[in-house]
Amino acid sequence: MKFSEQWLRELVQPQIGTQELADQLSLSGLEVDGVEGVAGDFTGVVVGEILTAEQHPNADKLQVCKVSDGEQTVQVVCGAPNARAGLKTAFARVGAVLPGNFKIKKAKLRQVESFGMLCAEDELGLSEDHGGIMELAADAPVGSDIREYLNLNDKIIDVDLTPNRGDCLSIAGMAREVGVLNKAAVTEVEAPAVAPVIDDRFEVELVDGHACPRYLGRVIRNINPGVATPLWMQEKLRRSGVRSIDPVVDVTNYVLLELGQPMHAFDLKKLDSGIKVRLAEEGEKLSLLDGQEVELNADTLVIADAKGPVAMAGIMGGEPTSVTDQTRDIFLESAFFAPLAIAGRARSYGLHTDSSHRFERGVDWQLQRKAIERATALLLDIVGGEPGPVIEAVNEAELPAVEQVHLRHAKVTAVLALEIPAAEIEEILTRLGMQLDKIEDGWKVTVPSYRFDISIEVDLIEEIARVYGYNNLPVHTPTAKLPIPPIAEARQTLQSLRRHLVARGYQEAITYSFIEAELQKSFDDQHEAIALANPISAEMAVMRTTLWPGLTKALQYNQHRQQSRVRLFETGQRFLPKDDELVQENVIAGILAGNRDAEGWTAGKDKLDFFDAKGDLESLLALGGCADQFSFVADRHVALHPGQTARIERNGETVGYIGALHPSLVKQLDLNGPVYLFEVNQDAVTGGKLPRFSSLSKFPESRRDLAVVADQATSFEAIRQVVEAEAGEFLKQVTLFDVYQGQGIEPGRKSLALGLTWQHPSRTLNEDEINSAVSAVVSALRERCGAMLRE
Amino acid sequence: MENLETLLAQGKQAVAESETLAALDEIRVQYLGKKGELTSLLKGLGKLSAEERPAAGARINEAKEALQADITARRKALETAALEAKLAAETVDVSLPGRGQSVGGLHPVTRTLERIEAFFGSIGYSVAEGPEIEDDYHNFEALNIPAHHPARAMHDTFYFDAHRLLRTHTSPVQVRTMESQEPPIRIICPGRVYRCDYDQTHSPMFHQVEGLLVDRNITFADLKGTLEQFLREFFEEDVKVRFRPSYFPFTEPSIEVDIDRGDGKWLEVLGCGMVHPKVFEYSGIDPEEYTGFAFGMGVERLAMLRYGVDDLRLFFENDLRFLGQFK
Repeated sequence: MKFSEQWLRELVQPQIGTQELADQLSLSGLEVDGVEGVAGDFTGVVVGEILTAEQHPNADKLQVCKVSDGEQTVQVVCGAPNARAGLKTAFARVGAVLPGNFKIKKAKLRQVESFGMLCAEDELGLSEDHGGIMELAADAPVGSDIREYLNLNDKIIDVDLTPNRGDCLSIAGMAREVGVLNKAAVTEVEAPAVAPVIDDRFEVELVDGHACPRYLGRVIRNINPGVATPLWMQEKLRRSGVRSIDPVVDVTNYVLLELGQPMHAFDLKKLDSGIKVRLAEEGEKLSLLDGQEVELNADTLVIADAKGPVAMAGIMGGEPTSVTDQTRDIFLESAFFAPLAIAGRARSYGLHTDSSHRFERGVDWQLQRKAIERATALLLDIVGGEPGPVIEAVNEAELPAVEQVHLRHAKVTAVLALEIPAAEIEEILTRLGMQLDKIEDGWKVTVPSYRFDISIEVDLIEEIARVYGYNNLPVHTPTAKLPIPPIAEARQTLQSLRRHLVARGYQEAITYSFIEAELQKSFDDQHEAIALANPISAEMAVMRTTLWPGLTKALQYNQHRQQSRVRLFETGQRFLPKDDELVQENVIAGILAGNRDAEGWTAGKDKLDFFDAKGDLESLLALGGCADQFSFVADRHVALHPGQTARIERNGETVGYIGALHPSLVKQLDLNGPVYLFEVNQDAVTGGKLPRFSSLSKFPESRRDLAVVADQATSFEAIRQVVEAEAGEFLKQVTLFDVYQGQGIEPGRKSLALGLTWQHPSRTLNEDEINSAVSAVVSALRERCGAMLRE
Repeated sequence: MENLETLLAQGKQAVAESETLAALDEIRVQYLGKKGELTSLLKGLGKLSAEERPAAGARINEAKEALQADITARRKALETAALEAKLAAETVDVSLPGRGQSVGGLHPVTRTLERIEAFFGSIGYSVAEGPEIEDDYHNFEALNIPAHHPARAMHDTFYFDAHRLLRTHTSPVQVRTMESQEPPIRIICPGRVYRCDYDQTHSPMFHQVEGLLVDRNITFADLKGTLEQFLREFFEEDVKVRFRPSYFPFTEPSIEVDIDRGDGKWLEVLGCGMVHPKVFEYSGIDPEEYTGFAFGMGVERLAMLRYGVDDLRLFFENDLRFLGQFK
């Protein structure tokens, strides 16, 4: 909320300067976002009167004016279309300095001399308006300093109020708060009852008394629509960020700003019989003041006449019944709408108004009469007219209850760790408008009707702390029992996984959890990704079911910026719809592209291949000591190269995939391939085992090397399994130390060189034992794998 | 015998002049070998009288020993020289880069998160995690933010349907922890959060660390002390800390914490407060028996302040030139 400091100081006069006031408000919980002058810095600008305005002899769009500044009459060339004889406007004399240190000098425009400048609002830093030169009131005293005349030595304070402090959304509310903080007296806005001079009534019926427990109305006839809003009121509105429209609307806005009571004025002639405050019927239509026509929902409270809705209660009035410059008779509304009846409704129509903002947060439910009297008095002053009696429809039972809160002194002490003396607590709460009844352990506190945010004890404790000053309250650190926390040794931490990949040259990335639907589909055809109802853009529309699309985009971003060798990893959640469930699973994923080695004098120039990715992943899987539980099984995946894809299993259960990005995706995404990807479930990687010692054999190892030739399609894994099954219980290790295809080996076949190592725990194995193990392996390989000893 | 001195002198000179180990060995054989010139003199002793023999033998042996000593010394010298020459030939340019892989690095957000976790871990907080796709109840209702509460406008929420949404803060993890665990509770909840807002200073996805401490006799002073210390240690500076009243539906009193790093400017760094009794009630904890505090901080914001990053969007572009700066 923006407000004028001068306006505030009309009601309360703390003995502190502007900046101090702003700091004080911030530190009491009313955060000041900014303080700015109500106008730019300028000097030498006075009220001038245009005596004559004639066409410039050499320019179509310029006029040559004779301007009086009260002392002399000078010639000024002006380009504004509204410059005309008789207009009083802002006149910058020769020697004036406008905002931005712009000095006004004698000038010649198209051969005509000009002594000064007539100013538009933006040129004085009053607004952004450059529609024409300022139009001052006819009674503006010519020659007086414009800063004095418009009272511009004022500041606009912008306060970002939290939703609980609806009571401060007015000058009176801010004044009340400033009074509390400074122990200063606050002047109440006077609003004595205006006696009716006519008997006209306009009946009001509360159909939905829960949503609208109080509705006051008043007829005022024969107003003078031709009158302008007085300058002082226009300026106060402007400084609060509200545009002046016409006197009736300006008065309702003024009362809203001054007291915090949103009001509305209808053109009485356009209303049909009485007012009903009721919920809308589904599908009813209403043309709003902002020009749009809305179809109402049944949860929306409306003000209706016999023909239908005429206003969206507490949010915005309707266009057909609005006050215009033809309006002679008006019906004023000052109502209390329950916060829950208004909350969220404006938003559901894409609206947010000064009125809805206040009603949602809670308007003082005892304020309506004062507001309507205040508005009546102001209107009579400005546009005249004959007021009728105030009509009040009220549903007492539905009005908010007066809150009574039990406050224990001991609880205040317990929460704040400070025993604030009872007298000081009483003083703070009393200043806040509370009534206190002393009881045995504390007080029974009666809360004023404007404080919607106070209903329980801790609400009061917060108020005490706030006024006492958070920074004046004690500081210490908690004492607690310190049991030793459990640490599962077998489990790897995410930190250790990350650091492992970092040490292997991977840079961690963080990509968005929501991605483009098409991209998501090209990486996963098994799951229908869950879509956001209100995405920010098509690029951030569905929840990823794999981290690959994000990593691939990150690769693309970097490849397009001359980074040829890229290794990235990411840890995070993927979102898998499974049947009716949504599984949110933590995974760890990586992407690799470019050369195997970073460029360097010792580096090879080889591109990466599948086994670089697999080696990195295997080293990660081995961290927990359970490498033997994982297996890589040839598989297919929509995003991967069909011949370079493996499903990763842990004890037979799928825990991830690894492979080369499908060449068609490489091309589609304009990547420099090949690109390798892996993704595994985090739990599968972090779950390890405790080491278990087995005694070391004192006896020598025996090793035999075998070269076998098998079909290309025969997997090493199949051969390894046969070797392990047949080589006897003392086989310790199988090492694959060469894979060869080419000269000497038939096409379609491959040669595998295996090193087999045996060791017995308690004796030396003899030659015969080893030989028979070898021949068992060789014949089993021949029979089961079609693998022959290489000649 | 008369040429003993001459032979010795010749031998010594030959040793001194030898340039290789092979040449030196030849000299040894020539003089000291079985048929060597000095050795041969011993054979001539038979021609001498018995009285002369011991003295002459001794003189020959002395000469042999003297030459042997020279040979040994010369061998050592030649060997040392040979080793030195070999080593000199093996000299490498130690300024050449070492062989092997470059190392990567952690994302600055992770780096900051781990640091925050380390601080709170060291004083007994454990890490709790939860789902990012949350339900309305845990993200709002149970935190005392009923439907249509104006505070919901402060959270521009991404929805999937009427009930499911992307969590707007990591506070739901607190709720889930309190539902399942008895006090005392000391947790921090790091993770991704989402708000429907995107410009230079807002990212639709960012990271938060939420903290919660629930126990008997926890006070406002404990909250102030914990966060003041944390901020000083996090920045490793004697930052000025101030506490400003604010409003969050799930805490009361609520606080915003500002710091001043010595330039007189107050920067908002985190929000916190004493756990609201309604939040306790939702989670089945008796607010008369227990009190607690909660705090929440934006990780990117802290990382920006700590490392001087000036654009929030850099965190999610994953530009290696940016990421590479954090190691």
